[in-house]
Amino acid sequence: MATTKVGDVPVETTLEVAKVAMPRSPRLMGRFNRWDTPWLNSKLLAGVAIIAAILLIGIIGRMVWNTDLAFTAKSPLNLPPVGFVNSRQQEGTWAHPLGTENSGRDMLALLIVGAPNSFMVGVVAAAIGMSIGTFLGFSAGFIGGKLDDVIRIVSDVTITIPALMVLIVIQSLLRQVELSTMALLIALFAWPSPTRLIRAQVLTMRESGYVQMAKLSGASTFAIMFKEIMPNLTPYLFASFIGNATGAILTAVGLETLGLGPQRVPTLGGTIYDAISAAALLRNMWWWWGIPTVLLAFMFIGLLLINLGFDEIANPRLRQSSQ
Amino acid sequence: MSEMLLEIRNASKIYKQRAAGGTREVVALQDFNLSIPKNPASIITIAGESGSGKTTLAQVILGFTRLTSGQILFDGQDVSTSDAKQMKDYRRQVQAVFQDPFGVYNPFYRVQHVFDTVINNFRLSTSRAKSREFIEDALNVVGLYGDDVLRKYPHQLSGGQRQRIMMARAYMIKPKLIVADEPVSMVDASLRASILDVMMRLKQESGISFLYITHDLSTAYQIGDQIYILYQGSVAEKGSTIKVIDEPRHPYVQLLVDSVPVPDPDIKWEGEIVLPPEEEMRSSVHSGCRFYPRCPHRMDRCLEAQPPLYKIDAVDHQAACYLYDQNEVAAKAVYSS
Amino acid sequence: MEHTSERLPVLKVRDLKVYYETPRGDVLAVDGITFDLYQGETLGLVGESGCGKSTAAMGILQLVNPPGRIAGGQVILDGQNLLGMSDEALRHVRWAKLALIPQGAMNSLNPTMRVRDQIRDVIVAHQRKQSGRNVQTRIFELLTMVGLPSRVYDLFPHELSGGMKQRVCIAMAIALNPMVIIADESTSALDVVVQRVVAQTMLKVKQALGVSMIMIGHDMGLMAQMVDRIAVMYAGKIVEIAPVREFFAAPKHPYSQLLIESVPSLKERKPLKITEGITHDPRNPPPGCIFQLRCPFVMDKCRVVAPPVQEVTPGQLVACHLYENSGDGSLIDVRDAARNS
Repeated sequence: MATTKVGDVPVETTLEVAKVAMPRSPRLMGRFNRWDTPWLNSKLLAGVAIIAAILLIGIIGRMVWNTDLAFTAKSPLNLPPVGFVNSRQQEGTWAHPLGTENSGRDMLALLIVGAPNSFMVGVVAAAIGMSIGTFLGFSAGFIGGKLDDVIRIVSDVTITIPALMVLIVIQSLLRQVELSTMALLIALFAWPSPTRLIRAQVLTMRESGYVQMAKLSGASTFAIMFKEIMPNLTPYLFASFIGNATGAILTAVGLETLGLGPQRVPTLGGTIYDAISAAALLRNMWWWWGIPTVLLAFMFIGLLLINLGFDEIANPRLRQSSQ
Repeated sequence: MSEMLLEIRNASKIYKQRAAGGTREVVALQDFNLSIPKNPASIITIAGESGSGKTTLAQVILGFTRLTSGQILFDGQDVSTSDAKQMKDYRRQVQAVFQDPFGVYNPFYRVQHVFDTVINNFRLSTSRAKSREFIEDALNVVGLYGDDVLRKYPHQLSGGQRQRIMMARAYMIKPKLIVADEPVSMVDASLRASILDVMMRLKQESGISFLYITHDLSTAYQIGDQIYILYQGSVAEKGSTIKVIDEPRHPYVQLLVDSVPVPDPDIKWEGEIVLPPEEEMRSSVHSGCRFYPRCPHRMDRCLEAQPPLYKIDAVDHQAACYLYDQNEVAAKAVYSS
Repeated sequence: MEHTSERLPVLKVRDLKVYYETPRGDVLAVDGITFDLYQGETLGLVGESGCGKSTAAMGILQLVNPPGRIAGGQVILDGQNLLGMSDEALRHVRWAKLALIPQGAMNSLNPTMRVRDQIRDVIVAHQRKQSGRNVQTRIFELLTMVGLPSRVYDLFPHELSGGMKQRVCIAMAIALNPMVIIADESTSALDVVVQRVVAQTMLKVKQALGVSMIMIGHDMGLMAQMVDRIAVMYAGKIVEIAPVREFFAAPKHPYSQLLIESVPSLKERKPLKITEGITHDPRNPPPGCIFQLRCPFVMDKCRVVAPPVQEVTPGQLVACHLYENSGDGSLIDVRDAARNS
């Protein structure tokens, strides 16, 4: 024990003083460091990484690889990927690293073109559905009354309709389906869920203190809608969009795999359909249906991780302290 | 031009509630009368418990709900017949501070937004520099500085600071009347004084009158000039705050004053109160005095008709109770059946 | 009441710490509090919002959820340390020995269950099998004890007023005759007259059952009516504990003085005492005394060394450099000593 002076007051120097005189050491237990925020959720990051990688294949692939090979049937048929031998004892070549299929289209080119296609259909469908949903949900919540009743009934009914089944029927009736048509059709079933969500949030926000304050400040209805309520809807819109996009992508892939996707443009699901209808399973051309399937599996896992990650961010109780 | 800043005449508000078993009428306000003079600026307290109608009163004065019957006259102009432009003028003169210091802020925006909205809508200034000056001045009045709070988000400030900012916002508009609806009940006990102090200073230095709505008699006692004590929609007693709380006449008010816990361990509540269970579920007595089921002095007469306000002293102390029917009637009661 | 040294503590809290993890460091919500609760007394726990009083209650009850965690200390109830007990063992302790009336209790009643079913659930979950008859009798007994009419037995919560709901919660808390009840702001949402009725009910119940109680609140007037001793918390630490009369007559700690001064009275108009709230970052408390940033009497020493908790008499303590323990059951104010020297 020693004595020191603080100001002109003698103070017994004890361990206590020494402890408090030292600055707090940063907690380096690997749990939380200065860079950690809720947004750096491991699941979210992993999911985004996977999806980004898949999209990168599409973006960079276009520049590096000859995408015509996905359309024209000029390559040798039924070649296996590099390092493998097919049933006819042909070896894979680096000219077609992932092999070719039975009409001479290059697998790698198919992936490069097909992956983004499936993805974009889902994203566009979700965007259209969200726009409709936001507009309707906002109107229903803010204006209320009969308009609210009508919108609510229509959206509640639409939600119960099994989307995939109806889409199958519709698309099988149409001879030719474009990517954009498919996106529109999927959007038809994507709007009710955002409508309900936005409506519920608008109903709550309409009664909030800050809306009352805005009225007291003489703000017009318009100003209240767009300046006060809309900005607070963005987190919900974002979360809803992620969920909707995931669902739309899955629906699109489902339709493609059933052969109901666009025929002129290669898609992942479409490739699988072609493979199965050409009996690739029997002919042991595993690369034809296998590689797109694996890629699809990664896509689904990535989307799932993104959704789970967002759930954890939005609901702190789900966050594990081991993160 | 009337002498009265705000005059409420025979205001009634009846809500229709749809509940199982048909519609129920809830009388929130019944034949309520109030007048706030233009001069001098004063703090009028409206005190009451839940179900007394004080929140409804705030809502109708601010123009968020309409009265079922009766009038609200501001500077002689009937509020319910105002058009949009008149309403906007009205909002310049009558502002509010609400109970929840958090819900009144839009969580998306920084504190700056609160002031910008007001400046833009009421065209308080034309240049940015002038606006900043205005805001700084208003914040200084409540004891805050722009640099400390304007760039912050509401959740980064304490409840006390948020309420003071709301006071600054109201003050900046330079209204004649601020309706303060339970401004301190959700603020920590040790921080309440700063907000109440702001109200007193605004009254003294800027001539702004307040309608202070509360259930807390202690704070009312500290700052109120006049008090109206509401019970289930009607005025039980009114008068100068100190007089009414020091010498309550209405049995309800006596019970209320007795029940406020005294911060002195040697002064405990005397006696036990048993609340008749019927009373705990809101009284459905339609005619007669609403306090009848709980009143220790009740008479048969009390069931017949609601007592009018009788004068207790020559100034303004009045109580609505038949115990004082020897006194002069202060206001003629006009009751809708 | 005067001979606290002769009474036995029924609950001992030693250096309890409850921290919350945030990305930028731990919030020291409860930072080492120590106190005893004696048999049959009511201890009031006061402090402004953010001081950690509700968190302390959760810590004692072992109800702390992530991102919070109990970072240390002991909670000894009836000889057993609650920290470190298995969930199963805790279940037997909770409600049977230690009960809680939570904040907003009125809203925590299950709206789809009748009152009788909710009380029955509490009894059956924490005690061995009882015959249906016994339980029913017990429920009626409880309702009478809290002053509710027997017809409440069959009602749903929404058919009750706020005061009645609160009394149902009290009935649930005393259902198994616990040793200790923690009441967290149990009357704050109630009207003045109803608050009085509920408070008087609690006093009556306490008297009849000999329960020891910790009352958490911020209404000093209510505290004066209800408690035997008062503990004051500031930013996670207890700064003073004193018998209620002495506390109101002569509060020692500067923060206690501030609390007393900010209570408005119905007797006289006095100038309002203006103060700010907790001003330091709860993740990074200043070294030395926790109250130094707001203390009107702060000294150099306060900024470096945390004041030791000095027990004046058993159950009465203060943590402030202004006071020195004279050793014979009283405190010397160092300012008086300086003046006299």
